[in-house]
Amino acid sequence: MSQSPKIPRTLPRKSATFDDHTLAEIRRAAATGIYDIRGAGAKRRLPHFDDLLFLGASISRYPLEGYREACRTDVVLGDRYASKPIHLKIPITIAGMSFGSLSAQAKEALGRGASAMGTSTTTGDGGMTDEERRHSTQLVYQYLPSRYGMNPDDLRRADAIEVVVGQGAKPGGGGMLLGQKISARVAAMRSLPEGIDQRSACRHPDWTGPDDLEIKIRELREITNWEKPIYVKVGASRPYYDTALAVKSGADVVVLDGMQGGTAATQEVFIEHVGIPILAAIRPAVAALQELDMHRKVQLVVSGGIRNGADVAKCLALGADAVSIGTAALVAIGDNDPRWEAEYNALGTTAGAYDDWHEGTDPAGITTQDPALAARLDPVEAGRRLANYLAVLTLECQTIARANGKSDVRNLEPEDLVALTVEAAAMAKVPLAGTDWIPGVSGR
Amino acid sequence: MTVATLRNSVLDLATASLRDVNRTLHLAEAGSFEVMHPNGAHALACGLDAPLDVTIRGHVGYYCGGMNKTASITVDGNAGTGLAENIMSGTVRVTGDASQSAGASGHGGLVVIEGDASARCGISMKGVDIVVGGSVGHMSAFMAQAGSLVVLGDAGDALGDSIYEARLYVRGTVASLGADCVEKPMRDEHQAELRVLLDRAGYASVDPAAFRRYGSARRLYHFKVDNVGAY
Repeated sequence: MSQSPKIPRTLPRKSATFDDHTLAEIRRAAATGIYDIRGAGAKRRLPHFDDLLFLGASISRYPLEGYREACRTDVVLGDRYASKPIHLKIPITIAGMSFGSLSAQAKEALGRGASAMGTSTTTGDGGMTDEERRHSTQLVYQYLPSRYGMNPDDLRRADAIEVVVGQGAKPGGGGMLLGQKISARVAAMRSLPEGIDQRSACRHPDWTGPDDLEIKIRELREITNWEKPIYVKVGASRPYYDTALAVKSGADVVVLDGMQGGTAATQEVFIEHVGIPILAAIRPAVAALQELDMHRKVQLVVSGGIRNGADVAKCLALGADAVSIGTAALVAIGDNDPRWEAEYNALGTTAGAYDDWHEGTDPAGITTQDPALAARLDPVEAGRRLANYLAVLTLECQTIARANGKSDVRNLEPEDLVALTVEAAAMAKVPLAGTDWIPGVSGR
Repeated sequence: MTVATLRNSVLDLATASLRDVNRTLHLAEAGSFEVMHPNGAHALACGLDAPLDVTIRGHVGYYCGGMNKTASITVDGNAGTGLAENIMSGTVRVTGDASQSAGASGHGGLVVIEGDASARCGISMKGVDIVVGGSVGHMSAFMAQAGSLVVLGDAGDALGDSIYEARLYVRGTVASLGADCVEKPMRDEHQAELRVLLDRAGYASVDPAAFRRYGSARRLYHFKVDNVGAY
C-alpha cells in the first residue's frame, strides 16, 4: 500500500513591513481615531556613533599616558560677542527640559549634578524656577516660541540665552503639555487655566527668518548689556544652511539636536519621521562654520542620543565643541529604573520602554507634577548620580583622546575615526574601515 | 557722551550710538528723556526697568519698548515689528501705525497704537492690554492667553484664532473669527472694563456700547478627535 508523499509545512511567516508593532499601531489608530503621543526621541534603529570607531595610536601616532599626562576638557562657549562667556569644566552640558514636563525635584537634581561637575543646565518651555536658578551655577535660559514665563528679570539673571528655533525630536513642531501636568504652579507660570491641554507655538510670535532673527538677537543683547552668550538651537534638518544662517544672525553658539533627542510629548509620527540623525548633521554644520572661518569662534554644541564617553569623543572628533545630554541625564537620575518595574507593568509598559511622559504618572517621580510621585525623587541623591555619570563620560572621553595622542579632547579630529558601514562613512565623512574610501568625497 | 548720570536729557541718535542710548536709559532710575533722530532704529528703548518717561521723535524699527517694565514710552511716529513685545508693565504708545506682532506675548502694562496695527497684533498675549485706535490685521490675538485687545476700527481675518482667556473688543467689522473664537454677550462688567481701558488709552469720548466682545468657546481646551476639523 503506497502512502502519499508528506508535503513539508512552511512555518507561518510575519511580514517585515507589517511587523507586530505596525499591526498594533494600526489597530490602536482604528480604535481611537487619534495619533499616538509619547515622550523621548526616535526609537527606530538609525545610523549612529556605534557605526564609528577610533583608530587609536600606532607607529605614526603616539599616545599620551593615561592618568599621568594631562588631557584638557574645559571649554568656553560664547566668546564671539558676549562679554561674559560660559566657562565649562567639561564639554558636556544638560539640555533644555522644562519645569512642567519635569518635576521640581528633577530640575533641582539636574542643577545639582551639573553644578558639581562645573557644567551648565538649561531651562525649558515654561520659564525659569527659583529652584533651578539656585541649584545651577551656570544656567542657560531658553527663549522659546511660546514665551511662557518669559520675563526680562530671568533673562538678566541667566548666564546665557538659547533662542530655540527647533529641536531634534520635532523640527517644525511646537510643544505639548497635556492637562494632567498643568498644575496650579505650572498654569500660573504659563498664564494658562489649570488643567487644560497646552499646545505651545511652533514659530516665534515676533520674528520669521534669519534677517528678523538677527534683529531679535540684537534686542536680546541690548536688554542684557551684551553680557550673555546667545545660543541658537535648531533641530537637525538642514544643518549646513541653519548653521550658516545662525552665524549670519549673530549667534555666539549653535546648538544642533538630532532626531534621537528627546521631547516631553509629541506625536510618534513626528518623532520617528521628521529630522535627521545627529551623525548625519555634525559634518555639514562644521563645514558651514569652516567655510565662514567661524569654526571654534562660534561654538557648536550637538545632542541627540549621546550615551557614553565614546559618543562624546566622536562628536568632538567630528568638530563639535561640546555635547548636550537630556535622555541620558534623566536615566542617570532614575528614569525608567527597573526598581519601579511593577508600577511600569501596571501602566502597561516595562522599565526601559516607559515613554508616556505626558501623562504625568511617572513612577520614578521625574516626568510628573504629582506631589506624591515627585517626592520619590531625592534631588540630592539624584544629583550625585548625575555627577557620577558626567564624571564617567568625561573620563571615557579623555581615555579615548589620550589613546589618540590628544592633550585636549577638542583636538580629536575626523582623521582619528573610521566607519563600520558605508552609510556612516558617508554621513560622518570618514573612511570605511580598512579602506581610504569616503563615499561622496573620495570620488570613487 | 557721558552715559551714567543723565537725567531729563535729550538723547540724539544722530550723534550717539544705539548702545549708548539704551545704556543711558537702563542706568537711569527716574526722569524724562527725549530721543531724537531714531531713523527706524531697531531695539530702541527695550528692556527699560524704571519709571521713566521716554518720548521718541520719529519712526522706530523692530522691538521698540520690548520687555518694558514700568517705563512710559511714546513713539511720535510709526513703529516696526514687535512693538512692546513681551511688555511686563508700564505703557508704550505710538501716535502712528505699528507693524506686525505689536504687543506680542505681553504679560502686563498697556500698549496704545493710535493708528492701525498690522497682522498678529496681540499674538500670544499673556496679560497685556492693547488699545488700537484704527484697525488690526489678520491673525490678531492668535493664541491670546490673557489681557484685552480693544480695536476701535476693524479686525482682519481669523481674529482670536486658538484663543485662550483673553478678551477682545471690536467696534467695527470683523472679517472672520479664527478657530474656537466666538462672539460673546457684552454684559455690564465688560462695559465697565472697556470704559476703564478706553480712558487709560486716552479715548474718553468713545462709547463702550458701540463694541462687540469676542472670546474663547473653550472647545479646544482638551484635545478631542471630534474637533479635529477645527485644527
